[in-house]
Amino acid sequence: MSVMVDAPAIELGDVGMSFVLPDGVLEVLRGITLTVRQGEFVSLLGPSGCGKSTLLRVIADILPPTRGRAAVLGASPAEARRTRALGMVFQQPVLLPWLSAEENVGLPLRIGNWGARHRPAGTPDALLRLVGLEGFNHARPAQLSGGMQQRVAIARALVSDPKVLLMDEPFGALDAITRDRLNEELLRIWTQVRRTVVFVTHSIAEAVYLSMRVVVMSPRPARIRRIVEIDLPYPRQPRMKDTPEFTRFSAELRAALEEAS
Amino acid sequence: MKAAERAVPSAAAPAAGVPAGQMPDRDNSARRVALSALGILAVLALWQAVMVVFKVPHYIAATPLEVVDALRAQPVILAINAWPTIVETIGGFVVGNVIAVVIAIGFVHNRTFQHTVYPLAVTVRTLPIVAISPILVLLLGSGYAPKIAIAALITFFPTLVNMVDGLNAVDPQAQELMHVLSATKWEVFRYLRWTTSLPYLFSALRIASTASLLGAIVAEWIGSNRGLGYLILAATYDYRTPLLYATMAVASALALALFGLISVLEGYFVPWRRTGGAAG
Repeated sequence: MSVMVDAPAIELGDVGMSFVLPDGVLEVLRGITLTVRQGEFVSLLGPSGCGKSTLLRVIADILPPTRGRAAVLGASPAEARRTRALGMVFQQPVLLPWLSAEENVGLPLRIGNWGARHRPAGTPDALLRLVGLEGFNHARPAQLSGGMQQRVAIARALVSDPKVLLMDEPFGALDAITRDRLNEELLRIWTQVRRTVVFVTHSIAEAVYLSMRVVVMSPRPARIRRIVEIDLPYPRQPRMKDTPEFTRFSAELRAALEEAS
Repeated sequence: MKAAERAVPSAAAPAAGVPAGQMPDRDNSARRVALSALGILAVLALWQAVMVVFKVPHYIAATPLEVVDALRAQPVILAINAWPTIVETIGGFVVGNVIAVVIAIGFVHNRTFQHTVYPLAVTVRTLPIVAISPILVLLLGSGYAPKIAIAALITFFPTLVNMVDGLNAVDPQAQELMHVLSATKWEVFRYLRWTTSLPYLFSALRIASTASLLGAIVAEWIGSNRGLGYLILAATYDYRTPLLYATMAVASALALALFGLISVLEGYFVPWRRTGGAAG
């Protein structure tokens, strides 16, 4: 393992990102400096299209930043990707429709013959149980509801035992009830596996409910406007959403967002 | 809390599941077969009636009953001539599609290769097939070779185009997933591109199944003394109109059989298509 055990999970130093388009240069990220400690649950909150997902893709080594430095566990994002220190959950489940739920979860173990050369977090069957889908091992994605598909995607992201889980608005396409339920599930899973989570969302309530810290971003080009510590104890309960503290954090984030726009 | 969590999956599954979705499907397909048979029978009856009422001479056009008579009277001549056409059709189908799939895979992995060969393929496609046939007969002789070549040529292009589209129809997020998993080009092909392309491939194969028969028959019109194409010409010149129609019926049956075979293979190799499209 060339990633460092005691390094911060993620370190971003003055990260900037611009795309060259036919009609000019589109600046998406500007001067992002952020450190995420290991085991932290951090949300990136911002308006749609502000560049939160782009930032996640810089961390995941899908896009190289045009300026600044990014490090994952003290190594380059590319190194972290190659050693499977990173797991990613997308806005869509991105399941392969011809594979069963269990085969989809097992896909990361087959690629690069990873499962034979490393110790996985568990069998695909065990991970399906972890995300509450026992008995659905042989179901095809088309037979599963949207929320169940996203659970399969979470199990797939966890199967190769990543240190850092990157989640790009994973519940954004789901209805509010399913979304609340999956938030509960995600916190339960997080307390069980204790991984660093970077969670992109544009829902204030979701950000407050899940996170230890919320990073509020401005519209494009995205900059960090404020970082809010959510000082609510874990395990979080749904009834906390009705407490004055919760409302105060929501108001603070809303104010930061409005100032940002 | 936990009980509520569990209740959701088990309640959602039967609603979207296979058993609920497939039973009415099977009833529907039986109904569809019955309806299409009814349509064909109605057209045949109308045809017979028109021929009898207007007293059309049998060397101008044959009645359905005369066609049936011809099929029963001359099964040997039809079979002898069907065989080479079957060989050419299947030979051309296999050769044309295999080359198309291999080239399409090459295109997707090497842009230079695509930019060099694609325009060439399009140009070859624009040449009229009836004009190429004599050229190929001169080049390849009068055996199976030029017919297979023409059948292959006519199937090649639709498969190439569809296959290139299919191999590129990969969800961008799925490609990102493969990248995050550090998949090699080969693994992206094996786990993602190939299977994604299969529905496109089978659409192309269904087109190719009828096209390759057409290619074989057209090829037989030029320099051939056997095959369904030859029989069509011979029957026309001799005013053996019922035999001409019978030949067409055999050709049509061959194309239908090949088409049906492709559909059966599609159901076997692309089963997820029936249970309802890609996720997301």
